[in-house]
Amino acid sequence: MTFPALTPLLPGEASGPVLQLSAPLSFWGGVDPASGRIIQVRHPECGRTIGGMILCLPATIGSSSSSAVLLELIRLGIAPAALVMGTPDAILMIGCLVAREMGWAAPPAFALDPAGQARLPGSAHIDAGGQVSPLS
Amino acid sequence: MSLSLTPEETRLLAGDQGEGMALAMRVITETARLMGASRLVPVVSAHIDGALYHGDSGTLFAEHLVRLGAKLAIPTTLNVGALDLACGARTRLPPHQHDMAYRMMRAYEAMGCAPTWTCAPYQAGHRPALGSDVAWGESNAVAFCNSVLGARTNRYGDFLDICCAMTARAPYYGLHIPENRRAVFALDCSGLSPALRNSDVFWPVIGTLFGQRAGTSIGVVLGLDGCATEDRLKAFGAAAASAGAVGLFHILGETPEAPDLATVTGEQDIPVIPVTAAMLNAARAGLSTTGETAIDAVAIGSPHCSAEELLELDRLIGGRRLARPFYACTGRHAVAELEAAGRRRALEEAGVTLVADTCVVVTPILEGVKGVLMTNSGKFAHYAPGNTGYAVQYGAMAECVESAVTGRLVREERLWS
Repeated sequence: MTFPALTPLLPGEASGPVLQLSAPLSFWGGVDPASGRIIQVRHPECGRTIGGMILCLPATIGSSSSSAVLLELIRLGIAPAALVMGTPDAILMIGCLVAREMGWAAPPAFALDPAGQARLPGSAHIDAGGQVSPLS
Repeated sequence: MSLSLTPEETRLLAGDQGEGMALAMRVITETARLMGASRLVPVVSAHIDGALYHGDSGTLFAEHLVRLGAKLAIPTTLNVGALDLACGARTRLPPHQHDMAYRMMRAYEAMGCAPTWTCAPYQAGHRPALGSDVAWGESNAVAFCNSVLGARTNRYGDFLDICCAMTARAPYYGLHIPENRRAVFALDCSGLSPALRNSDVFWPVIGTLFGQRAGTSIGVVLGLDGCATEDRLKAFGAAAASAGAVGLFHILGETPEAPDLATVTGEQDIPVIPVTAAMLNAARAGLSTTGETAIDAVAIGSPHCSAEELLELDRLIGGRRLARPFYACTGRHAVAELEAAGRRRALEEAGVTLVADTCVVVTPILEGVKGVLMTNSGKFAHYAPGNTGYAVQYGAMAECVESAVTGRLVREERLWS
């Protein structure tokens, strides 16, 4: 089986379980910055934790403070392993850019449309060029 | 599309003006590249939403900028922080968070941001000119700035806003580009009663309906010419930006880029949706989350109350004593005007808690007991249930006052039928 290739936005490689969000998520008001748990009660994946996951976001949404919530998750070491975005989202990526300025290890970011996101394996390694291989 | 920089921008990026400036340029140019911008645009003012505490990282970043000698290149105001430094309303933050929130506010002041601490900076003297490019954060401030002032800004996220203030530059994309500011749909209110269109309580409701319809697209509202006031446009924009991702709206005959339909649409045919009483009632019903009629507290002021709204509150109370906690969130600019009018003490003696520099949905101020919060704000109605745990009843300011006097929901339905 072949997997879709991702377009690198912010460089880096990542490994982890793939968490495919089935609805857009605003990090501010939607993710607890102290635990990385999804707390937006109307969200289908409410209760899941995004730390260590290859997090697939179908679309851009939400508060301009989402960058601050992501930065806090990165500082605490409970950020996603990678961000995979249906459309590039400036607000989330600013959280990663600022983390790098602070010397905190920030996750890489990739672009991949929602149809491609749905074809990723349950657990994956993504290399710096965006090539996907499944993890057993 | 590749990003091209001017020689001056290239020098700033290389660190000619110090490491703080170089850091800000790195964040801005990386964002520009990621968003597909071909160049940066000079901006003449900034409004910073990044000084609200969400965790220690934001404080550490602000203090890092101060250590790097960050200075601002353009006039810059501050949105709310997590503490009330002006009126002393008590915040129930644990000691460590309180300390870090305070350090964050002081760091932004140390960089040279004006300590306005308000989500209505446009009523505290910060009013960029029509057609000017600016870099503003906070959804209601962005909507007002674009729509009512006609200045041009995207919804700048936390941290990018301060980088724009330091460099006087922003990525050139989105709403900076004139062609992207045209309306692609219309809501027509001309079938609604004049009494309704001329009432304050109507505007957050039509704003909510507009935001739900708009999503990220830009629309124009017809049939409201002659009905708008600045506070009504403020309430509309805040509700629209909460219900959708609205950074710009047009009100035909009222907002500066909508003098007529041909101008606001760029002479394109657009769908026109007539607003019915049923649509409006559905949007209004959505602002309340409970049928409970016992009211435990009232909060107004999202966006922050103007001095006129505080004086209107004083008139509506009329010397009576409120039976429920009543929070009026506002800016220190409006508190100063209230004091100059000699009415602050009367308002506080009636039982109103003035909350300045912050508000009750972004920091823990409300009593820990959960119950029913009444508000006249579409934005509070949207965010209070998730952020405070209170259920919400929506109503006019006069209805909020009567409900706070009696402790029971008082609401006039006739206007809406």
